[in-house]
Amino acid sequence: MKPFTYERATSPADAAAKAASIPGARFIAGGTNLLDLMKLQIETPAHLIDLNGLGLDKIEDTPDGGLRIGALVRNTDLAADMRVRRHYGVLSRALVAGASGQLRNVATTAGNLLQRTRCPYFYDPNQPCNKRQPGSGCSAIGGVSRQLGIVGTSEACIATHPSDMAVAMRVLDATVETVRPGGAFRAIPIADLHRLPGDTPHVETTLEQGELITAVTLPKPVGGVQLYHKVRDRASYAFALVSVAAIMQPGDTNGIAWGRVALGGVAPKPWRVEAAEAHMKQGAKAVTAGLLADARPTADNRFKIKLAERTLAAVLTEARG
Amino acid sequence: MRHHGNADVSRRGLLLGAAASAALTATPRHGQAMPADGDAPPAPHPGPAPVMNPVMNRVSLTVNGTAQTLEVDTRTTLLDALREHLHLTGTKKGCDHGQCGACTVIVDGRRINSCLTLAIMHEGGSVTTVEGLGTPARLHPMQAAFVKHDGYQCGYCTPGQICSAVAVLDEIKAGIPSHVTASLTDAPQPTHAEMRERMSGNICRCGAYSNILDAMTDVAGQRTAGQQNGRDPA
Ligand SMILES: Cc1cc2nc3c(=O)[nH]c(=O)nc-3n(C[C@H](O)[C@H](O)[C@H](O)COP(=O)(O)OP(=O)(O)OC[C@H]3O[C@@H](n4cnc5c(N)ncnc54)[C@H](O)[C@@H]3O)c2cc1C
Ligand code: SF4
Ligand code: FES
Ligand code: FES
Repeated sequence: MKPFTYERATSPADAAAKAASIPGARFIAGGTNLLDLMKLQIETPAHLIDLNGLGLDKIEDTPDGGLRIGALVRNTDLAADMRVRRHYGVLSRALVAGASGQLRNVATTAGNLLQRTRCPYFYDPNQPCNKRQPGSGCSAIGGVSRQLGIVGTSEACIATHPSDMAVAMRVLDATVETVRPGGAFRAIPIADLHRLPGDTPHVETTLEQGELITAVTLPKPVGGVQLYHKVRDRASYAFALVSVAAIMQPGDTNGIAWGRVALGGVAPKPWRVEAAEAHMKQGAKAVTAGLLADARPTADNRFKIKLAERTLAAVLTEARG
Repeated sequence: MRHHGNADVSRRGLLLGAAASAALTATPRHGQAMPADGDAPPAPHPGPAPVMNPVMNRVSLTVNGTAQTLEVDTRTTLLDALREHLHLTGTKKGCDHGQCGACTVIVDGRRINSCLTLAIMHEGGSVTTVEGLGTPARLHPMQAAFVKHDGYQCGYCTPGQICSAVAVLDEIKAGIPSHVTASLTDAPQPTHAEMRERMSGNICRCGAYSNILDAMTDVAGQRTAGQQNGRDPA
């Protein structure tokens, strides 16, 4: 790790202002992703602003019947909240499918959204990687790419976003609330938080330097059967090869009245194509065809297309009951 | 139990010191100049960023019931503070990256990986390590159950397993759901499936898993019996 100075944030606006003005400053929340990367000198902040004392750790009801989840709410506490378990089951399910009990006790809502890719070449400072060192090339293209992305990727980067929680938030139409360094607030639909890599894979989100996530809000519950299926190389404590977050409303035709679905493990962001959801009654094949119409898999990860379809088929079967 | 400056510790300290200074002389990739005291932010540096000196910070926390104040490099993880500064070497370093659970300790009532958190982030915090759960003369029920059921072979993962196991039973009791909990709205039960899933963050290269499960089942049973008698041994 490189040496760094450290301070505890005193208010969200102050933290944002400092993060924008102090060179090399970064926020630290749970630290489970940032410290991991700092040990490898993939992240080298010169100054850490600790967000843990800001009181952003509450889950509140919103006036329109939804929930406002503080940025520092721990993954365990979010998964265990009875309102989430009752009305946003897909979120609880996605959270408990991620990482380990120890990590979930520390990992925060905002940190989870902003965790960086697990591409093995990104993690190996000896390998070229456009995300880690812009312009150095992408080792994964033509390398071992079994875990990597099949859609939304580019010639410069085929990494995936590793979060499970974010996939559930996408299907729930969550909104990310922030405070900008100037003190202004804004609300970003979760669909717009993560950027596709294009030719700048090191720019991963639409947040500006120093912009602080204060909360994530969920609209009022939409009901339905809420499921999260995660397929991985071992039964627990592993990242997704493919995951499906789904909200399905059982109904007459083919057992499903309507459904929403987002995929994890396949793209640089939670992957949802609303137009594809119109085909829900026709079944998994039709929906997956819509979701992955633009897929450009490698020879190593082509299997993810079929795997996504089959995982969605299993979800539909379970939703029909 | 405390160990003071034995040969092993000083040799490791020496090696770590050498590694740290090697890291300091390497050219920083995105490094920025910062004053050591961190008070006044400097203007952005035009040329290559000079090497920054280590920054020291003070942190006060309670470890196994004893108040401690440490002066540590900001980079010190809680794990290194426990092992290298307080010489509480029961807590083990396996991977140092959150992937094995050997470093599991209980902080403010919750199990965490002490390798992925900074010591200075725990100002005012309360840490329990395997040394604080029980003593050789007065073992914690979970420690006794690990002995009884042979819940280890080499023992390296064991302190983390025991801290995790104690916390897992608390998590089930607190109603926190897991990946294998069938209904999200019902209280989870201390079943084998629940305990196995919840213990997945603790890897054992010796494969003592089934005996660990037996130890936990034993303690979970004692607890249920204890609760029925109006007391909780754990
Ligand atoms: C072994 C291992 C296995 C894992 N398995 C999984 C898995 O299966 N599924 C999964 O989803 N995740 C998994 N994870 C990742 C884990 O979920 C993340 O590390 C965690 O969610 C990050 O949250 P944090 O609070 O610790 O973030 P931090 O490390 O504190 O921060 C991450 C980033 O977010 C920024 N940040 C934090 N808070 C804010 C804020 N409020 N505003 C703006 N920026 C902010 C930080 O500056 C940093 O860049 C795993 C991690 C490990 C180590
Ligand atoms: S896929 Fe992206 S993160 Fe992985 S090596 Fe290529 S550029 Fe780097
Ligand atoms: S040493 Fe902390 S998880 Fe392995
Ligand atoms: S007892 Fe040897 S690693 Fe678990």
